[in-house]
Amino acid sequence: MTLRATVAELVREFRASGRIVIVGASLAGLRAAETLRGEGFTGSLTIIGDEPYEPYDRPPLSKQVLKGWVPADHTKLPRMREVDADWRLGVAAVGLDRVTKRVRLADGEEVPYDRLLIATGTRARQWPNPDEAALEGVHTIRSRDDAARLQKEFSESPSRVVVIGAGFIGSEVASVCRELDIPVTVVERGSAPLVGALGGVIGGIAARLQRDHGVDLRCGLGVSSLEGDSGGHVRRACLSDGTVVDADVVVASLGSIRNVEWLEGSGLAAGFWGVGCDAGGRAFDINGVVTDSVFVAGDVARAPHVLYEYQFLAMEHWDNAVFGAEVTAHNMVNLEPHYRPHLLLPGFWSGQFGVNIKSVGVPPFGDEIVFTQGSVEDRRFAAAYGRRGRIVAAVTFDHGKWLEYYARLIERSGPFPPPPSGWDQPADTEPMPAEFPDPRVPTAIPDVVLTGHAPSERTAEFRPRRH
Amino acid sequence: MVEETPWQQALRYANRANPYPFYEELRKTPVARQPDGTYVVSTYREIVTLLHDPRVSSDPRKRPAPAAAQAEGSEEQAAEPIREVLTEPNIITCDPPEHDRDRRMMMPHFVGPPHAPHLISDLEPDIRRIVDGLLDGMKGKNRIDAVDDFAYPLPVTVICKVLGVPMEDEPRFHHWVETALDALDFGPEAASEEIRSRRAGGRQAVQEFARFADALLDRYARQPGPGMLSAMANDNGPEGRMPKGVLASNALLLIFAGHETTVNLIAHSVLTLLRHPDALEKLRRRPELIVPAVEELLRFESSVQFWHTRSAVEDIDIAGTTIPAGAPIFLVYGSANRDPERFTDPDRLDLERRDNEHLGFSQGIHFCFGAPLARLEVQIAVGEFVRRVRNPRLVEDPPPYRHNQIFRGPRHVLVDIDGIRD
Repeated sequence: MTLRATVAELVREFRASGRIVIVGASLAGLRAAETLRGEGFTGSLTIIGDEPYEPYDRPPLSKQVLKGWVPADHTKLPRMREVDADWRLGVAAVGLDRVTKRVRLADGEEVPYDRLLIATGTRARQWPNPDEAALEGVHTIRSRDDAARLQKEFSESPSRVVVIGAGFIGSEVASVCRELDIPVTVVERGSAPLVGALGGVIGGIAARLQRDHGVDLRCGLGVSSLEGDSGGHVRRACLSDGTVVDADVVVASLGSIRNVEWLEGSGLAAGFWGVGCDAGGRAFDINGVVTDSVFVAGDVARAPHVLYEYQFLAMEHWDNAVFGAEVTAHNMVNLEPHYRPHLLLPGFWSGQFGVNIKSVGVPPFGDEIVFTQGSVEDRRFAAAYGRRGRIVAAVTFDHGKWLEYYARLIERSGPFPPPPSGWDQPADTEPMPAEFPDPRVPTAIPDVVLTGHAPSERTAEFRPRRH
Repeated sequence: MVEETPWQQALRYANRANPYPFYEELRKTPVARQPDGTYVVSTYREIVTLLHDPRVSSDPRKRPAPAAAQAEGSEEQAAEPIREVLTEPNIITCDPPEHDRDRRMMMPHFVGPPHAPHLISDLEPDIRRIVDGLLDGMKGKNRIDAVDDFAYPLPVTVICKVLGVPMEDEPRFHHWVETALDALDFGPEAASEEIRSRRAGGRQAVQEFARFADALLDRYARQPGPGMLSAMANDNGPEGRMPKGVLASNALLLIFAGHETTVNLIAHSVLTLLRHPDALEKLRRRPELIVPAVEELLRFESSVQFWHTRSAVEDIDIAGTTIPAGAPIFLVYGSANRDPERFTDPDRLDLERRDNEHLGFSQGIHFCFGAPLARLEVQIAVGEFVRRVRNPRLVEDPPPYRHNQIFRGPRHVLVDIDGIRD
């Protein structure tokens, strides 16, 4: 038997009777499972999810569901095919032993695997003061249950909602409040809404958009504390400038935390930044060596991206979950040379204050921005982000049909500024600084240290940072 | 005599039933300059690229008339009857911001969201009733014309209802549309005596059609009535009311494009399925396939074979060629939809084709305005035809085609049948 025949036999046998475990039962986990079956995998498939629900769609939660158009339990994801899996829903994975190849569950059970997919995604960052976070009326939004609870509050005509953090989720929540005619105060530590994702120039436009829709927007401020009444219900937010805002609902939209704690001790390159993997979804161990049996997909994956100087990017976007899962699942039932790369150009969308905001590429990778089409005043426009003379991203406000053009330019490392449009040029077509905040110094990264002396003993190790 | 280019050959009436071999030849030069200075684009990738390129204008007023256009029989001259009469642009023939504003103003009265998301789907019972009536009318016949008896009456009845055009006016505008379409030619035959003699009639037909639309809009402005045209003539939306000339121009577009393309798609669908008995049988057994089937049928025989009003505003480098500023650009959707670089085995009809992102409705900002309605009509019409017509057989293959090259479709599709199921 030739080596090639042996490899082919190995793949065939694995597809017939291998054991695959997927940890994470949301968009990436589901699409991966479907792809595995579509690729002819007939072995055992276990899908583990900490939520009790079948996979559901999250983007509507902060939009249609909050608005009350769609009940939270009507968000189930459409199935592309039968997956014939053993679903372990409502029980979290709490540990991974890569030596014995077992996933440990919260109920004590251990599930063995031959190949593992990590698709645990992210969760909402909670309000940091646990007593205040426990007050009634204080919410975060990530899950179906979160959305249902918040929607219920909104339907009861709160006197005022305070939204902490004006990223996409916070801005969408504020938008829903205004549509429902609920007074809302948005408190953002940065200089403007969306500033981290899209920079200060677009942030300024977003700020005017919010204020025009009646949002009480307070930028450059934090919330120092939340105060409740004797019944344990939140009643006011105290801001860092000493002002107090009365409110009976508070939404903390402080970004997300990657669900990697269960991987502690597994020896994978997993940390607050996600789980490192190659562009084919194969996880790296802590030393930066690629593993053969552990794969990653979705929000929690972090892989080098060819278009962005091979920097490691985590793309917390819907299409990354879908396409990343498809590529990774393909690779899970193949061997070299049949591996495929996941080379997605990142992209996302948001709907807020009647405007459809879409983006391709990685805006914060750019340092300049130029308006290329439409009218900033009318909030219908396209803009491109550039770095060192090349286009790296684009954003559109109610101009989404043009994104494809910019996507092609970005893929080909086209020039920045891009060639001018033949019509409908903006008033100002000069590039300007995009005004991204300096990367904040992360506060919770553990140190990674090298240990051992002889080359064969050298290994990396996480050490919690000393304070 | 200079040899004709593949494009010119594709446009000859003799090749109307099967332009595909010439498209195949054409695709060897994805962006092919024609003797009159037009750039004909025939490959999927290049067409998609240009559809999304903001340096391409759709507004023929913005392109300088090329020198060749002065010559007798050129395409510019051929398009003249319509351009001369319709001085105001419609949404297909203008660019942003005008295009965006006008389409935005039309949208709520048609597909509806977010204000009336069920506008189109609520038409389903009406469409079914019309289709049922047409098929019931075939009972007792041994031979039908799938165009006159089926493909034509449905879309025209539906569009009249949607727009609020009185059905009794149908014979008049049907005549105008036919006359104008027959006078339009972009190929070598434009210079022929026959086409030249049709031109004056075509011009007059468009004029009469425009007067008809004007009068209808005036009537609705005085006395609001049912349908989209009246709603637009009385619009009090945030962006005001569309100027009357623009509204009239778009009304003409909606009446015409609102049925002509759908007629051709239904006719071609019947013809194509009768040519592919396996596909027909599969659809009969698995009626739920009608949704992907209609997409595949539209890919296979596109209702709009090409579009002719675009031009380059700046020099555009593409596929090893530079389209110079001012040059007219023709995008040949009918060829892109058969491009083997994009579609595996493109000349094969596959009702279950995956990844079937065809250009039958175009792409980008000019994506077919009526697509949701067209899809619903054709899915019901073809689905019911397949279900109810017993043993349909094609009488004549290829059937006679209409003259027009853009809106390509059979004039008649005679079918022998053994009856109609209930």
